[in-house]
Amino acid sequence: MMKSRDAPAPDALVIENLDVAYRVRGRDRQVLKGLNLRIARREAYGLVGESGSGKSTAAFAAVRYLPRAGRVTRGRIWIDGRDLMALSPVELRQLRTQSVSMVYQDPGLALNPTLRIGRQMTEIFEVSEGLSFDAAMGRAADMLSRVQIASPGRVLASYPHEISGGMQQRVIIAMALSIIPALLILDEPTTGLDATVEADVLDLIARLRIELDASILFISHSLPVIARMCDNVGVLYAGEMIEEGPADEVLANPRHPYTAELLRCAPQFGQRKSDGRLTTIPGFQPSAGAMVDCCIFADRCALATDLCRRQAPPKVDLGGRWTRCHYPEFALEMAHKEAVCRPVDIETAQRKQPALSVRKLSKTYSVGGKKLRAVHDVTLDLWPGETLGLVGESGSGKSSLAKLLLGLASPDAGSVIELNGDALPARAARRAPAQLKALQIIFQNPGSALNASHSVRRLIGRALDMVGLRGAGRESRLQALAHAVRLSPQHLTEKPRALSGGLKQRVAIARAFAGGPKIVVCDEPTSALDLSVQAAILNLLVQLQAEQQVSYVFISHDLSVVYYLADRIAVLYLGRLMEIGPADAVFAGPHHPYTEALLSAVPLFDGAVPVRIRLNGEIPSATDLPAGCVFQTRCPRKIGPVCEQEEPPLIEAGNRHQIRCHIAAGDLRAMQSIAILR
Amino acid sequence: MSVIPLGRSSVRSERLRAAGRSARLLAGLVIVGFWVICALFGERIAPMDPYADHLLATLEPPSALHWFGTDQLGRDIFSRVMVGARDILTVAPLATLLGTLLGAALGLVVGYFRGVVDDVVSRLIEAVQALPLVIVALMVLAAVGTSNLAVIMVIGFVFTPLIARTVRSAVLIESSLDYVAAAHLRGEGALSIMFEEILPNVMPLILVETTVRFGYAIFFVASLSFIGFGIQPPSADWGIAVSENYSLIGSYWWTVIFNALATASLVVGVNMAADGLQSVLQE
Repeated sequence: MMKSRDAPAPDALVIENLDVAYRVRGRDRQVLKGLNLRIARREAYGLVGESGSGKSTAAFAAVRYLPRAGRVTRGRIWIDGRDLMALSPVELRQLRTQSVSMVYQDPGLALNPTLRIGRQMTEIFEVSEGLSFDAAMGRAADMLSRVQIASPGRVLASYPHEISGGMQQRVIIAMALSIIPALLILDEPTTGLDATVEADVLDLIARLRIELDASILFISHSLPVIARMCDNVGVLYAGEMIEEGPADEVLANPRHPYTAELLRCAPQFGQRKSDGRLTTIPGFQPSAGAMVDCCIFADRCALATDLCRRQAPPKVDLGGRWTRCHYPEFALEMAHKEAVCRPVDIETAQRKQPALSVRKLSKTYSVGGKKLRAVHDVTLDLWPGETLGLVGESGSGKSSLAKLLLGLASPDAGSVIELNGDALPARAARRAPAQLKALQIIFQNPGSALNASHSVRRLIGRALDMVGLRGAGRESRLQALAHAVRLSPQHLTEKPRALSGGLKQRVAIARAFAGGPKIVVCDEPTSALDLSVQAAILNLLVQLQAEQQVSYVFISHDLSVVYYLADRIAVLYLGRLMEIGPADAVFAGPHHPYTEALLSAVPLFDGAVPVRIRLNGEIPSATDLPAGCVFQTRCPRKIGPVCEQEEPPLIEAGNRHQIRCHIAAGDLRAMQSIAILR
Repeated sequence: MSVIPLGRSSVRSERLRAAGRSARLLAGLVIVGFWVICALFGERIAPMDPYADHLLATLEPPSALHWFGTDQLGRDIFSRVMVGARDILTVAPLATLLGTLLGAALGLVVGYFRGVVDDVVSRLIEAVQALPLVIVALMVLAAVGTSNLAVIMVIGFVFTPLIARTVRSAVLIESSLDYVAAAHLRGEGALSIMFEEILPNVMPLILVETTVRFGYAIFFVASLSFIGFGIQPPSADWGIAVSENYSLIGSYWWTVIFNALATASLVVGVNMAADGLQSVLQE
């Protein structure tokens, strides 16, 4: 490592034996332990880990920009050959402005909401290069075209809230690249974005990387994204790096049990619930500052032996890569679990009466005198015991539809929602107790879904009061529910604040199941959770469904998850049902062109970038819908004037599979020759 | 195995510990506590009878016998300052409590139901806020006659819209959270949602608001007493004492200054406690 500083082109980033501690309540808690990292010129290095693993801390420490409570207690950092620990504050600031660029997770927070984009971008050139305002404006426009923004002039004149999240992230990337950085740090740059937008932004980063010869530190919790973007990868667990090596090798052939389990936690694209339970990692990541004199993963590792619990494993060199495990050769042999669930036989299921029927469901809001059609003319059925996956980009009306079903918003006149054949009053307040019990929801964010001032016992108990249980019967039901979602008795006395995200979501699930529901709406129930926790929650949902014959409406933006769980899938775009059918049929094709685009945006492991179906432009505003087919403005398979004039009907494309498109199903299949299921 | 998951200890005990570390909160509580003890036991711990006249020893400067000197009737000012906390520490807290109860209830209802109720009440609140409150209080007290009860009522009602406004904005935020939607889906009634679901979550805010208002209330009561519409003689109240003696401040400063300082210390103490409480609760 010392040698690298003498070489003509120094490494972009070198971190040696870095320890970082945060001072919390008067005590130092170590969040990074002995981190070693080296990013060569033109290398993209991926740092992967779950929340709390210290990956963002590493990114901030790399530019010595830790929060006030944090400090580097040991170790050294070089950027572009310059020793960061030896720099004066002025030199450090200079280095940050001239040699490093960072892109953070939330583009909305990184832009100043009170300044136009143009003002924020020109500032950089005026400060760093002393350009005049007009010249700087020209440079800013150049940068925006470089990140493939079609109309830079319009974006420069906009305020941040006037452009979409994907556009904001492009602006941030353009700003980050307005200098030629020696090191580009990307901290979860696509996490908050829709899959189609994420795919576009990743394409852009990959292209710019080649154009600019950039060295990248790429931080992400998503393994497929890392696999696609990075040359090398380091896996962080509880502040320590446990495995490192070339990304393709490490992710294809992990040699640490944690990496191996993490890879199996997320449903692979194409995996179904009938293929078996998802791998889960029991227990919790040791909290920051916990002093452990053994293998940090031993507590949760299925392979752990006495040796692991007694002695910290050494760094095992595997030739170009290494792992920190006593038994690196066993990581791949960890047992798989048995299948527990058969998929619903759609034919048999559909002979029964639907649990929920929705006819011509619409919801129109009035925004500033304009009509906003959040949901338009949706007709669908939900049969007992099945899972209906609801997919679409943000703004497609998924959550609005869920709210209408639950009675949290009232639909337009003429809409009909039937529960077991009986019409359901529009508002929850008017629904009978039995109807309320039948329809429940699991929210996306368990933090806001649970009342912070109630104990877990009270949270579940209040849901039981609705059922009318009292005394010993109530208590035994409460225990049974807690047991079913695997909450231990001691959790019952806790307030939500003391629980992890996964435990909170378990409480929310117990609450939703308290009244013996017939239908549970799951609104992105795992999108706020870590991968290993997501797997446990998905397993739990599958198991509860098998035991209680409940139907799910499962909303998610993650197609792999939807495909894993759903028996049927409905695709929404701008509040309209574009496609609905059995999950296999929707994924196998023929697809609606919109579904096709969504599917091709899924990041895959095998590295092969699928033939990406690009969507033109942005999702149109729901107050100003295009004429004809609502998708025609972005449709890659638009056939002509008919698309602009007539809204296509939902037409049969095979067995209970319907597509809203002017192109006949057979023709769609012929166009979509690329097999998406591999 | 020495891995201890974070957050085992309860929120309450964590907050208690944080409160113990807040120097401002502790200092504020010590000052207020001192005056509360004086208010409760003033006559028993005061060195002399605060109400006894000594016409041969009027307007004596501070001395070893009379630490704060004597007033126009020869009464010991030190003893009077000690018992002078009693009325203000009865009237101000009760007035604050009244304002908090009414304001919190109003804020909850308005923030929860929104719509027409909110529009009407919010405009009324704004109208009340546009009026100079001391003048309004004066007019009411002049009309109904002044007494401790009247002062409590007037200040309570004056505070109600101010507290309601703060509570309303917090309730608006809470109402939009998913746990309230979940309560709707359990079929809970409006009262149960307001008082069992939302109220506990806005309680820290109400607590802070109450302490801040308490500081204002002390100031308010002292001002009213000073102009003769608050606490009435023969109380040893500080405001009255300042009012009775302020023309003498040039030659006999001790008759005014110690009463004024007492009022100031109480207000400062309450505000320090409010400040500390806020940082503990909103940490």
